[in-house]
Amino acid sequence: MNAAGYGFGRENSLTAPLKSEIGWPDRLFEVLKTSGIRQVGYVPDAGHARLIERCKADPDILDVVLTTEEEGIALAAGAWLGGQRAALLMQSSGVGNCINMLSLIRTCRFPMLMLVTMRGEWEEFNPWQVPMGSIVEPTLKLCDAHVSRVETPEKVADTVQAAVQLAFGDDRACAVLLSQKLIGAKVWVK
Amino acid sequence: MLERRAAMATLLANRRDDLFLVPGLGSTTWDAVAAGDDDRNFYLWGAMGGAVMIGLGLALAQPKLRVAVITGDGEMLMGMGSLATVGVQQPANLAIVVFDNGYYGETGMQASHTRGGVDLLEVARGCGIERILDVQDEAGLRELAGLIGTCDRTLFARVAIAADDPPRVLPIRDGVEIKDRVRRAVEAAG
Ligand SMILES: Cc1ncc(C[n+]2csc(CCOP(=O)(O)OP(=O)(O)O)c2C)c(N)n1
Ligand SMILES: [Mg+2]
Repeated sequence: MNAAGYGFGRENSLTAPLKSEIGWPDRLFEVLKTSGIRQVGYVPDAGHARLIERCKADPDILDVVLTTEEEGIALAAGAWLGGQRAALLMQSSGVGNCINMLSLIRTCRFPMLMLVTMRGEWEEFNPWQVPMGSIVEPTLKLCDAHVSRVETPEKVADTVQAAVQLAFGDDRACAVLLSQKLIGAKVWVK
Repeated sequence: MLERRAAMATLLANRRDDLFLVPGLGSTTWDAVAAGDDDRNFYLWGAMGGAVMIGLGLALAQPKLRVAVITGDGEMLMGMGSLATVGVQQPANLAIVVFDNGYYGETGMQASHTRGGVDLLEVARGCGIERILDVQDEAGLRELAGLIGTCDRTLFARVAIAADDPPRVLPIRDGVEIKDRVRRAVEAAG
């Protein structure tokens, strides 16, 4: 829930009923909950829509909407200074916005959990997503982040759990790349 | 115009036990250590544009502590979007102070956007931060020093700083140690 206690107009999930079926975003949310994640930074993203909705509806999780993804790196560092665990949700294009700020994570050995929905790699209609999507993995590795990738819904929770363990156990950056296959092709013409 | 070292010393003169400081990279970090090394200072040697977000993460994690971000105009300009992010969260325990000398001092005194007509007070106001202070003299500085410890809303202050370049005073450089010191201080204070 937002610190100031207000949502954003019509899509305010505090008033909108949550869809009832349990999918991978719900299981992922449970992992964040049981891992004690208390702040979640995000730039709105279609692939993370359900997870964001769950975070916003939870009174124990502060949802922090960001103007750019690098803000979420600095936010997580600040949260950790204050003893709280944080996570950053973004799409693959956002990884490019984080590069210099990841220096903070490496130099100070902050734990940093990043959940990245992939674009530009499978049934991508928009060629503008391809350049960044295709270099996400090597880029993150060059930034000293551990990278794991999930292609199927049943592996999401375990993979994120392992990333949590590594990020907060080894005080380092860990990214989970959520394949575009999990999210499905974006519908462009409705 | 106020002299930067004296201004920082005034702001920290009667520092409350629960006041944590995030100075921006470069000059404001040197100002902070010149005013007296302190475990509650999260010195920055990099992460340009991230100071406000680090302060926000800490302020949200520890609502009972006070957090002051004291940074340069150049550093603030790089993270201007974070003022929008703060405007949504409205943490009551966060004060953002910009030492505005109109230059990028650390890199050799090149003119900054604030010399070119950009008004950071208007930016902060436009981001929904209600408590705004324009500090031009000693009296204003003393008012700000009090408010940093007591204000019940997010505060944004611009301090008119003379464009000089005092001799460097350098804090510790080891990021892990800087982080661990602050975390221990938070535990002790919280
Ligand atoms: C991403 C990035 N770009 C550029 C720099 C170089 N740099 C270091 S400090 C600084 C600006 C400092 O200006 P300001 O925040 O106004 O501080 P002042 O020294 O004027 O008080 C810059 C551009 C950097 N460290 N990181
Ligand atoms: Mg400056």
